[in-house]
Amino acid sequence: MTDKNGFFDLSKTTLSRRTALKGLAAGAGLAVAPGFVRYSQAQSSAPIKIGFQSHRTGIGAAYGRWYEKTTAAAVKAINAAGGINGRQVEVIIEDDGTDPGRGAEVVGKFATQHKTDIVFGTLFSHVVIGSAPAAGEAKIPYFVVSEGHHVASTKLNRYVFQPGITDVKSQIQSMAPWIAANAGKKVTQIFPDFAFGYDHRDYLPPALKAQGAEVIAQIAIPPTESSFTKYFPQIPAETEVIYHVMVGPAVLTFVKELGEFYGSNRPQLFGFIDSLEAVDINSPGLEFLDGSHFWEGSPRYAQPDDSAAQKAYRAAVGIDDNGAAVGDPKDVSTAAHMFGCWETLYVVKKAMEDAGYKGPEDRAKLVEATEALTAFAEGPEHPQGPKTFNGKIHQCFGIQNISKVEGGKLKVVHKTKIEDGLYEAEGDYTKQAL
Amino acid sequence: MHFGPHLLLAALEGLVTSAVLALTALGLSLVFGVMRVVNVAHGEFFMLGAVLAWAITTAIGGHPALGFLAALVIAPLIVGAIALIAERLVLRRLNYNPEATIVATIGMLYIIQQLALTFYGPEARPVEPPFNYRILLPWFGYSGYKLSIIAASALLLTATWLVLTRTRIGLIMRATQYDSETAQAFGIAVGRVYGGVFALGAMLAAIAAVLIVPISQAHYLMGQDPLLLSFIVVIIGGLGSLRGTVVAAVLIGLSDGIISMFFSPTLAKIIATLLVAMVLVFRPQGLFGTASR
Repeated sequence: MTDKNGFFDLSKTTLSRRTALKGLAAGAGLAVAPGFVRYSQAQSSAPIKIGFQSHRTGIGAAYGRWYEKTTAAAVKAINAAGGINGRQVEVIIEDDGTDPGRGAEVVGKFATQHKTDIVFGTLFSHVVIGSAPAAGEAKIPYFVVSEGHHVASTKLNRYVFQPGITDVKSQIQSMAPWIAANAGKKVTQIFPDFAFGYDHRDYLPPALKAQGAEVIAQIAIPPTESSFTKYFPQIPAETEVIYHVMVGPAVLTFVKELGEFYGSNRPQLFGFIDSLEAVDINSPGLEFLDGSHFWEGSPRYAQPDDSAAQKAYRAAVGIDDNGAAVGDPKDVSTAAHMFGCWETLYVVKKAMEDAGYKGPEDRAKLVEATEALTAFAEGPEHPQGPKTFNGKIHQCFGIQNISKVEGGKLKVVHKTKIEDGLYEAEGDYTKQAL
Repeated sequence: MHFGPHLLLAALEGLVTSAVLALTALGLSLVFGVMRVVNVAHGEFFMLGAVLAWAITTAIGGHPALGFLAALVIAPLIVGAIALIAERLVLRRLNYNPEATIVATIGMLYIIQQLALTFYGPEARPVEPPFNYRILLPWFGYSGYKLSIIAASALLLTATWLVLTRTRIGLIMRATQYDSETAQAFGIAVGRVYGGVFALGAMLAAIAAVLIVPISQAHYLMGQDPLLLSFIVVIIGGLGSLRGTVVAAVLIGLSDGIISMFFSPTLAKIIATLLVAMVLVFRPQGLFGTASR
C-alpha cells in the first residue's frame, strides 16, 4: 500500500504559526483549569484521598448505594470538624461491579492512577478476597466493611483491616447460646454458596454443638439464583429452626417463597437480616415472618433506648425511624451493615492522627498505628456500640442485636456482650513484613 | 418430604419454568425461522418487559391487579415498538446478513442493558402480583399466581399457534419463512413482514417477563438466563419449529425442575447443555426441525 496522501510522511506536514499558537493557548488553559491547581503548601493542605471501592452495580448494588450515603455523611461530619490532621478528606468512588476481578482492578487503579492514600469500602466477601492481594502488592492499606471472617482468618495480608464491623465467626459464636435456648435445638441452615456463606456453614455447627444443639442439614444456594422453592424440600421435617442468610437481588423472592412454602405452619425462623436488607419487611407475602427473629448489626428501626449518638448518626445519614430514606419510605436502608462505613472512617481518622500521617510514604506507619488500636468507645464516632480491636488479626469485636418481628417492625430483644464473641486468634498479621 | 409430594413440587416448579421459557423461546425461534436472524439481544427485550412492568405498575398504583393488567398490555407494545425501530435502523441496513446481524444484536444487547442500568438503576425492584392466593396442599403451600402463569402461557401459546396457522398474517409469515424470494415475487412485502416478526418476537419475550416479574423482581441483568435457556430450547426443538420449541421448553423446564430438586441446580444446567451438544452432533436440525434445503 502506498501512502498517497502523504499521511505518514512527517516532512510534508508543517506546523503553521496559527496551530502553534492554538496549542500554546490550550496548554495554558489546562494549567489554570480547576483540577490542575497545585497546592502551594503541597501535602500540608492537600486533601487526604480515600479510594472508595463501591458496589454500584451487580448483585451488591443496594448495599453500594447505602454505603455511599453513609460514607458521604461521615466524611461531611469529619470535614466539618476540621478533617484529619487538619486536612480535608476527599472520597473518590470507583464501581467494582460486585465482581472480584474488577475489585482487584479498582484497587490497582486507586493505588497507581488516583494515588489515593488508602482504599476503603466494599462488602461482598468474594470481592474483598479477590481485591486483597492487589492491596498487599501495592502496599496500600485496605479498610473493608465486609462482615466475613476472611480478614480475621489471617489468610489475607497485612494491609487489609476490618475495624468497623464484627466478623461472622464472632457474630455466630455470640448468638448461638440464644438460638439454642430460645429457638430450638435442631437447626437447618440455608446460606449463599460463596465465601460469606461458607463462614456460616463452617462456624455455626461447632458454635451450636457447644450449646447442646445441632445443625441437621445445610443447604447452599448460589447468590445469583432467582427462584428458591426447589431448594426447600431439602429442609428435613424434624427441623425446629431454619437459620437463613441470603444475599443478592432476589432476597425478597427468597423470603416470599419460604412463606408460600410454609405459611404460618412454619418452624422457628432465625435469619440474618441480610436476607431482607434494603427490603421492606411489610412487603406483601411477608406476613408469615411475624414473630421470627433476625440478627442485626445495627437496628434498622429506631429503638426506645437509642443513645443520643445513634440518633445523631441516623439523622446525619438521613434515615427515618423505620430505617428508610427520609422522604422516601420505600427506599429501605442497609442499616444493619452500613454503620460500619461510618465507624471505619473514624478508625482511619484516629489511626492517621496517631501515626502523624502525611502522605503515601507513611502508609506503613498507618498500618502499625491501626494495629496498635485496642478499643473504641461508644459515642458519636461509634454509634453502634463499644468495640474492642485485635491488632494481630485486624478485626474488631462488638455487640450484636437479635430482633423480633413484631407488628411490622423489628424490635431488639437481646443484645450480646463483646466477650461472647471473642475467640482465639488464628494467626498474626503483625509478623508479616511491611 | 416423601417422594410423591416432592415430585409434585418439582413438576410444578418445572412447569412454571417451561411456561415462561416456551413464550421466550418461541419469540427467538420465530425471528430465526422467518428472518434467519440469530437475535442475541432477545434476553434484553425480556428484561425490558420486566422493567417496564415495574414502571407501569408503579405509575398506575391502586389495586395491584389493575397495574398488572395494564403492564401486560402496554409493556409488550412498547417493547415491540422498540424492537421495530431497532429492526428498521439496524438489521434492515445490514440486509439481514447472518454474520453481521449476530454482531449487531450483540451490540444491541449491551446498549439496551446499559440504558436500563442508567435509567432504571442497578436495584432489583419488586412488582406486586395481581393476586396473593396461597394454595394449601397437605404437604406444602404453593403460590396460586405461579399456577396462573402456566395457564396464561398455555393460552398465549395457543393464540400464537392459531394466528400462525389460521390467519392471513400467519400464512404470509409462513410463506416468507418457506421461501422469501418466491413470496416477494407473489407481492408479499417481505420487509414489512420482517419488521413485524422481529417486533412480535420481542413482544413474546416481554409478555413472558411481565408474567414472571411478580415472582422474581425486575433487574437489569435478568435477561441473561432466559437468553441462554431460549437458545438451548430452540436448538433442541429445531430452529423455526413452533411445535419443537414448545416440546423442548417443556422438556427442559421439567427436567430443570426435577433434576435441580432431587440433585442440584448446577447438574440440571450441565445436563441441559449436554443435551444441546448431543442434539447438535446427532440431529443438527433439532428434534422437530426439517433439514435445511
